[in-house]
Amino acid sequence: MFFKNALRAATAISLVATTGAYAENLTIATVNNGDMIRMQGLTDDFTAKTGHTVEWVTLEENVLRQRVTTDISTKGGAFDIMTIGMYETPIWGANGWLVPLDDLSAEYNAADILPAMAGGLSHDGTLYAAPFYGESSMIMYRTDLMEAAGLEMPDAPSWSFIAKAARAMTDRENDINGICLRGKAGWGEGGAFITAMSNSFGARWFDEDWNAQFDTREWSDTLNFYYNMMSDSGPAGYPTNGFNENLSLFNQGKCGMWIDATVAASFVTGADSTVADSVGFALAPDNGMGVRSNWLWAWALAIPAGTQKEAAAKEFIEWATGTGYIELVAANEGWANVPPGARISLYENPNYQAVPFAQMTLDSILSADPNNSTVDPSPYVGIQFAAIPEFAGIATEVSQEFSAAYAGQQTIDEALAKAQALTNDAMEAAGYR
Amino acid sequence: MARAVTTNRKALNTAIAWTIGFVIFFPILWTILTSFKTEAQAISDPPIFLFFDWTLENYSVVQERSNYMRFLWNSVIIAGGSTILGVMIAVPAAWSMAFVPSKRTKDILLWMLSTKMLPAVGVLYPIYLIFIKLGILDSRIGLTIVLMLINLPIIVWMLYTYFREIPGEILEAARMDGASLKEEILYVLTPMAIPGIASTLLLNFILAWNEAFWTLNLTAAKAAPLTAFIASYSSPEGLFFAKLSAASTMAIAPVLILGWFSQKQLVRGLTFGAVK
Amino acid sequence: MATQHSRSAARLMMAPAVILLLGWMLVPLTMTLWFSFRTYLPLRGGDQGWAGFSNYTRFIGSSSFWPSVQTTLIIVGGVLLITVVLGVILALLLDQPMWGQGVVRILVIAPFFVMPTVSALVWKNMFMDPTNGILAHIWRFFGATPVEWLSQASMPSIIMIVSWQWLPFATLILLTAVQSLDSEQLEAAEMDGAPFLSRFWFIILPHLSRAITIVILIQTIFLLSIFAEIFVTTGGAFGTRTLTYLIFQRVLESQNIGLGSAGGVYAIILANIVAIFLMRIVGKNLDA
Repeated sequence: MFFKNALRAATAISLVATTGAYAENLTIATVNNGDMIRMQGLTDDFTAKTGHTVEWVTLEENVLRQRVTTDISTKGGAFDIMTIGMYETPIWGANGWLVPLDDLSAEYNAADILPAMAGGLSHDGTLYAAPFYGESSMIMYRTDLMEAAGLEMPDAPSWSFIAKAARAMTDRENDINGICLRGKAGWGEGGAFITAMSNSFGARWFDEDWNAQFDTREWSDTLNFYYNMMSDSGPAGYPTNGFNENLSLFNQGKCGMWIDATVAASFVTGADSTVADSVGFALAPDNGMGVRSNWLWAWALAIPAGTQKEAAAKEFIEWATGTGYIELVAANEGWANVPPGARISLYENPNYQAVPFAQMTLDSILSADPNNSTVDPSPYVGIQFAAIPEFAGIATEVSQEFSAAYAGQQTIDEALAKAQALTNDAMEAAGYR
Repeated sequence: MARAVTTNRKALNTAIAWTIGFVIFFPILWTILTSFKTEAQAISDPPIFLFFDWTLENYSVVQERSNYMRFLWNSVIIAGGSTILGVMIAVPAAWSMAFVPSKRTKDILLWMLSTKMLPAVGVLYPIYLIFIKLGILDSRIGLTIVLMLINLPIIVWMLYTYFREIPGEILEAARMDGASLKEEILYVLTPMAIPGIASTLLLNFILAWNEAFWTLNLTAAKAAPLTAFIASYSSPEGLFFAKLSAASTMAIAPVLILGWFSQKQLVRGLTFGAVK
Repeated sequence: MATQHSRSAARLMMAPAVILLLGWMLVPLTMTLWFSFRTYLPLRGGDQGWAGFSNYTRFIGSSSFWPSVQTTLIIVGGVLLITVVLGVILALLLDQPMWGQGVVRILVIAPFFVMPTVSALVWKNMFMDPTNGILAHIWRFFGATPVEWLSQASMPSIIMIVSWQWLPFATLILLTAVQSLDSEQLEAAEMDGAPFLSRFWFIILPHLSRAITIVILIQTIFLLSIFAEIFVTTGGAFGTRTLTYLIFQRVLESQNIGLGSAGGVYAIILANIVAIFLMRIVGKNLDA
């Protein structure tokens, strides 16, 4: 307690000294994810330190995305800080829509941000959004079920092992599915998963001339492998399952394995989970082609250009994404619940190293390279997305075709043919081809 | 001659009607019940109907996370304001259509209704840009105006149908007595049309309350009504059925209660001129 | 009665409503038309000049266009059919003598008060979820495999959700009409030994035709633009992409305002075709 107060006082003094005590009221748009909701609950600490108050606009991810995009592209100015991801940041930064975050204070120590995260949130070497938490993806599996199946999970398994283990763990009688994966339409849901998976099968979205690649064998292999594995060992209704649905299934003990965001590790080992004591972690699978199927993502805070409250907004960003906030959460909720994946120092902290999933999270993040995500060369940056403005729209429609194939409404070949046509059409409309 | 109704038949009617009523109401009932469960009980297999440990925890979690009263207040102001404003503009228009009809009256009415068919999302950008220019983004007044415009055609039409049912002779008698146009509307017409106006107010209040596109897209923090409140509870991380149910119950309860208390009014007035 | 004086007064009184709606229609419509001829990509620096008719040809040439029109019409038609048929049955039932009529009526109209977003969320998560949903529990109880509603039966599911929301409205209007039915005429027919079906066909249905017209007209207006129900449940996947949803995808997901605006113009045309169709068929019933 003494430590917390001392820290609070120290930060308060330093901030007041640099900015003057002019109280602002900030409007912040954010996602309704657990870590952000926790941040809302701790806002009082920020107000106590700086005098600024905060109005939260908390929205579901898809609603948030359309809401902030409309506002920033029309320069509406409804928000002082926006929570955006690794996909939006470089595009918006390039458009000059965001305030560069290159003058954050020395105490903030921007050099402490994990290079993978800072790289993905920059444009031309300038940081435009500060990571609140970062994630890759990895395998979370049930150690007890794995043992019962007579198998042992390697630290870096292959897809064929995963498929074999999934079939071995599946026990339909007892409502246990060998593997739970995202199948839900949407570029940030099933689209993100299948794209990251396709990388490890040697597929890519575009060749170097921006031609769609869904007519290649690699894509067909990816989808067929996914479809066959999920048909044999996936849960009912997986074509509509996203992150939340799978988290819920896993926590209820209905999944043998789940490959998804590393941030889920703290939920599946947390109080809401019925299987918290028997969860193991491993790197996302590969196919022996030199690329793993894990992605890289960060939810980050950015300031729209033109806001009147830039100074106060920067103070908030320093508070929310600084090391002080991590310690605040650790003091209140324990080290397992701090926002992960953003800072080097977190992984050097012995308290955090004791958390079971810390090392695997870091290894996953470090093994993801957005600039080199595919086996064959590609013209785009990004692992589970291509950082071009058109991608979100295209990938959502493509993933809808895929989901329809998973649900048996069309064949995989039909889905791929449609994906190929609509992607090329959209890229033509955007002037790439 | 009264129809002879046997008790048996009445009992049968009652049984069928109650069963159907229960089935239709069940999703709402289930939501309300779930809101009092823990997250674990909310997904228990088999589902628990009544015998669970009733808890108010979900409500306190929701209240702690979002300031319910502010969303509620915004909803009341926006839905109420737009409806009242709409009725004030619609009464004169409906009056003139009902009592001084011309060849084009029907066309004007149908045209008004057709403005409701514009797909809202297609004009989001234009409207958003206009709102920025006028400086009414995230303001109650801006939303009140938009919702008023959206519901105005329905309001005009409803009032028109009520006014038409008022016999013209009464108005003429008033006019013979030297009533001015204003007096005619204020003291003769309006009192007679009060049931109709009441149900118009109610129906449009409900429609405005439930409007979820503009209220979400034109607000941020200051003017956000309950539709924005609920958008922060859809699919968060982890188990959420119970919290979602609590938030849903909080979002629909005010208008549900209003609707139940006033259902006689609503039913009486909701004819759109369908009954001669 | 209609003197020159009252005519001009009438025009004056109609003016505010007409002018406001005209503005509400014309300003966005003009802007939509303008944008539809521009290459307007907010994420690529905004308005990039004249596009001719390319947005129009691209929108209609997309493989999603005709399926989306079809989906729109199926949803509108399906919901209308269900709500009108069930609405008539319910109205007739609720008009019968019974105990607790008021309470039943309250139960039946309740869904109308529920926000579309809430009803979609509740149906999707708590009823149609293939693992934890109530319907899955019921299916399992009878030994059946739970239906994956929103993927395998996506269209029926959405039609069901929307019908649930609009059934109360139809029932209410039809109930008022049923209550105004001349009961002596019905009783006379009953005494003459006319079976229920012919009484229904020759007396009740003609009497209800006006109310049915109103239900169809008003519901069509609202159903053409349903959005929240699809956004929340399927996100446009599994063949549930309506024209409104397709425009949403073009405008907000692809951030192509020009293309979306062209789609908006098509949607207005479709709405007008439906409107003319409605007026022709049902407008006669509406002697305004």
